[in-house]
Amino acid sequence: MSPKTSPANETMLELSGVHKRFGGLHAVNDVSFKVPTGSIKALIGPNGAGKTTLFNLIAGNLPVSEGSIHFCGQSIEGQKTYEIARMGMARTFQNIKLFHGMSALECVMVGRHSRSRSGFFAGMLSLPTTWKEEKAIRARSMELLDLLGIADLADTEATSLAFGQQRAVEMARALALEPKLILLDEPAAGLNIYETAEVARLISAIRDMGITVLLVEHDMSLVMDISDEIVVLSFGSKLAEDTPANIQQNEEVIKIYLGEDETV
Amino acid sequence: MKTRNYLPLIGLGVLMVALHLLTVWTGTQYYLTQLTMSAYYGLVIIGLGVLMGYAGQISIGHAGFFAIGGYLAAALTTRNLEPFAQNWWVQLLDKAGVIVHGQDIYGLSQMTFTPWLACIVAVTTAGLVALVIGIPVLKLKGHYLAMATLGFGTIVYRIFLAMPYFGESDGITEVPGFDMLPFLTISGDMSHRVLNFYASWTLLIVGMLFLINLIGSRVGRALRSLHSSEEAAEASGINAGRFKLKVFVLSAIYAAVAGVLLTHYNGGIGPSEASMAKSVRYVALVAVGGMLNLWGTLIMGVGLTFLSLRGVFGSFDDAVFGTILILVMLFSPEGILGLKLRPLLRQLIIGGRA
Ligand SMILES: Nc1ncnc2c1ncn2[C@@H]1O[C@H](COP(=O)(O)OP(=O)(O)OP(=O)(O)O)[C@@H](O)[C@H]1O
Ligand SMILES: [Mg+2]
Repeated sequence: MSPKTSPANETMLELSGVHKRFGGLHAVNDVSFKVPTGSIKALIGPNGAGKTTLFNLIAGNLPVSEGSIHFCGQSIEGQKTYEIARMGMARTFQNIKLFHGMSALECVMVGRHSRSRSGFFAGMLSLPTTWKEEKAIRARSMELLDLLGIADLADTEATSLAFGQQRAVEMARALALEPKLILLDEPAAGLNIYETAEVARLISAIRDMGITVLLVEHDMSLVMDISDEIVVLSFGSKLAEDTPANIQQNEEVIKIYLGEDETV
Repeated sequence: MKTRNYLPLIGLGVLMVALHLLTVWTGTQYYLTQLTMSAYYGLVIIGLGVLMGYAGQISIGHAGFFAIGGYLAAALTTRNLEPFAQNWWVQLLDKAGVIVHGQDIYGLSQMTFTPWLACIVAVTTAGLVALVIGIPVLKLKGHYLAMATLGFGTIVYRIFLAMPYFGESDGITEVPGFDMLPFLTISGDMSHRVLNFYASWTLLIVGMLFLINLIGSRVGRALRSLHSSEEAAEASGINAGRFKLKVFVLSAIYAAVAGVLLTHYNGGIGPSEASMAKSVRYVALVAVGGMLNLWGTLIMGVGLTFLSLRGVFGSFDDAVFGTILILVMLFSPEGILGLKLRPLLRQLIIGGRA
């Protein structure tokens, strides 16, 4: 359970009293929780509960309406998405966002951006220093594709890949940033049970590399298997926060999930 | 592993020599003049091509940057500094060796800046102006650069047209040659024609080489990524606004360099070079060449400009390029362009949000 790099009592991410309003819609309502360094934390809740919105707040894509978010002890208020990314936060997207016209390998290489430095003029002049760096970027990206089991697809156009493979490329791109924290938005959505089991194994492996994981997922068996702690969101509010075992026993949580099932 | 493809560049070099030989064999060396001019315009167009195709931004004011280059080069190398000869800064510059002493056409003694200094001042000014326009505008997502450069282009045109210093509607003539290298003078003088042809095409090839390098580099990859998904690019730590700004400034510098050299080559510059029609022409040439294809842009840009300079389109010249732009947008707005021009057009016309 204990991570290799940091003590488990440190906090990687902390949300305090976070609100987000879209006009009249209160999409996130007074949500507070901590993600301990080196843990896998899951964020669950019915459709429209505000999970993706919360990710967008954490990653700096949207400003919070109220409350604060601290990443590595530092407030992210006013920080741009790319600045937060450079601080060591990577993410994948619920609706996959790969780059058109790029191979799978190139997509992952983009993920190495903040870990490399060749600039505008060095690029224009194709200085020898850029060749060396480019080689290193390529090698590291290849390793990540290999880790995700899609090294043989490196030169295939990313957007033409199968769904599960596209998710894998997104994951590799996020890992390429060498993040401290990775936000995964429904990494198993649309995958079959074998692929889902593979994703579960992978997420545990990511945590074992010392990367803290915050995960949004609808697949309950996946969430229960790998998470250290679970936060339940419903209509923007935090309903519960506990270990998987306790969440499974939680009356209120059972109710909203059963309630949701009944209406389906 | 994909290695960068320099073959087309070599092809362009071969084409350069072939064009020269062709004019020699067919006794049509006078074509070299328009071929030289086309290469300079080609430089403007490939610079704009990178901005449109890779940074996903449109400038409708590139004639303005060309004109800043050309007009400053012309004014600084022709306007007499004699009245200011006693000023400390003129004496200082004189000591620094950047002032030429000569005689004007009436035999009166004249002091002007050296073409090298004028060139540096002109290109730097264009770059700084691009920076000033770009910094606030490129922070915003969307096509606001198109509107800002539209305004900029109009202002520049009016300034050159209104100021006696820039010759008003006559423009500036009698611009001297530019002794760029010991063996190379940028000038329209007959004796320099072949050398100037090679100089302009070499510059175009080098300009293209830089852009191809850039696109294939880490920065180029970042540019291509933000063109496809700005959100995902920024989540990878890419500062989209900053790269767009750099490409915009680079494209302005390309335009200004072309403006400086073409002005020395032509021996003058007039306000039509700063006109909106010219800016629209550059956009049309990039569009018809296919924005994500720098080679298409280059070929179309140089080819059509050459035809235009030969007078093939007659008095319909500007109309032809406007028509090209409309046709491209109607029939392959996304196919060839890879850039959604239609929402931009709608935005420009009805002022709605793209
Ligand atoms: N940019 C936005 N502007 C307005 N409303 C938004 C915006 N983003 C999300 N919402 C609304 O906020 C609510 C929460 O959406 P969100 O996407 O965060 O839910 P979710 O928990 O991720 O759901 P799902 O499980 O379906 O992915 C929804 O009602 C959604 O329509
Ligand atoms: Mg969601």
